[in-house]
Amino acid sequence: MSDFVSEFWNMYVIVITAASVFACIALLYVQSKATFTPGKTMGHVWDDTLEEYNNPMPMWWSWLFLITIVFTVIYFTLYPGLGNVKGMLGWTSANAHQAEVAKMDATVKPLFAKYQAMDVKAVAGDKQAMEMGKNLYLTYCMQCHGADARGAKGFPNLTDSDWQWGGEPEQIKATLNEGRMGVMPPHAQVGADTVKDLANYVRSLSGLPNDSVRAAKGKEAFNSVGCSGCHGPDAKGMQALGAPNLTDKVWLYGSSEAVISETINGGRNNKMPAWKEFLGDGKIHVLTAYVYSLSQGK
Amino acid sequence: MLKHEQIEKNVGLLIILTILVVSVGGLLEIVPLFFQKSTTTPVEGTKPYDAVRLAGRDVYTREGCYLCHSQMIRPFRAETERYGHFSVAGEFVYDHPFQWGSKRTGPDLHRVGGRYSDEWQRAHLINPRDVVPESNMPAFAFLANTKAKDSVGVDITAKMELMRGYAKVRGIPTYTDEEIKGAKAAIGDKTEMDVLIAYLQGMGTALSTMKQ
Repeated sequence: MSDFVSEFWNMYVIVITAASVFACIALLYVQSKATFTPGKTMGHVWDDTLEEYNNPMPMWWSWLFLITIVFTVIYFTLYPGLGNVKGMLGWTSANAHQAEVAKMDATVKPLFAKYQAMDVKAVAGDKQAMEMGKNLYLTYCMQCHGADARGAKGFPNLTDSDWQWGGEPEQIKATLNEGRMGVMPPHAQVGADTVKDLANYVRSLSGLPNDSVRAAKGKEAFNSVGCSGCHGPDAKGMQALGAPNLTDKVWLYGSSEAVISETINGGRNNKMPAWKEFLGDGKIHVLTAYVYSLSQGK
Repeated sequence: MLKHEQIEKNVGLLIILTILVVSVGGLLEIVPLFFQKSTTTPVEGTKPYDAVRLAGRDVYTREGCYLCHSQMIRPFRAETERYGHFSVAGEFVYDHPFQWGSKRTGPDLHRVGGRYSDEWQRAHLINPRDVVPESNMPAFAFLANTKAKDSVGVDITAKMELMRGYAKVRGIPTYTDEEIKGAKAAIGDKTEMDVLIAYLQGMGTALSTMKQ
């Protein structure tokens, strides 16, 4: 199947390319006929006395020229270049990429297969697997969770024992595979005063300085305006919904009254992308183990 | 047969013949591309930039993002492992001009669509160091101060008409009258940052394995 819209363009490329090569050969041939005759010039005279003899081209130069022509013939026989002619090697950049991937897969696939057969916790104890996991993490995960995996504002710290969606291997794997959508709806409608009460109550849960009168009012509001629906009546969160535990002194967006109020007023949308298709099962398995290992012993 | 002397003494002829010789490479390597299906047919899933993304694309160009970011994933394993499927010609049929770039101070962006959340893109544009402490990208927080309708969106209708003209010449799907009429409404009150994020999130999605 030709990629050109019409056969003309195929011929166009072939004809101009061939003509260029033949023109080079002709030029080389014509020039090689030149011979040096003492006293005979090309007929040009510059500055009254400067004349031009007709010398043959140096042999090394003619040979270089010949070699390029031979190279052209070999190249066009082996590689694509002459219009639609595919060349004997059948080379395409897509095939070359395939071959490169296949070659690496031969080395890497058995490794991943070995780890996939192992339990995540066992993989987490394997030194080589953790080196692989670290490289994978630094390629795909560090942009949000940080090179040290300690997260950033809005992006969870993976090295502590606090989990939005659960820290068991199955839960980590599900997070990696399918991604997560953490949605806190905005609650500005409860009124600025109540938001302030709630913010003080939330701060009191972690033992941060707060206005105790407001905190007491906030505690009531916490249940009445619906916070407990996701965060639970004891504010310890609900991992199935990704609702954070508010009592554990770990803050995703910040612990100041202003930031907590901002969270309550405007809500939060947080998204972890789904990596299943992009990374594939082998890499996901090793990454799961790596992420799991980050918080072990803490 | 032309004599050497005739060519040397006729400047006009010399110019024409020189241009002809010098342009052989271009005639062979550029002109036939205009007539190759793989370069003129959109890859399945490639759509014309909607009004918002087209405006975002203008922010991208205006801020010179292409100086540090390429949009060209080469067919090497090292690149496809990191970014995803290599770029193919049919993905750029709606790019006038293309933003391939030639230097990567930052990463390639061709498959950045869906790779990060909108919130990440926003935090990162406001101050890249907030999410990637090692980053040396400049902050673009000021993009949130200007409404797109007052800058890149002012002549959005004319831009879309122009893009439609290009597409019609090539006979590929393009905007409907309704889409062009609704362009201003689609941009609405969005800031330059909003439209830029929309552009980034739509990038390279035709062959991406990242789910939106």
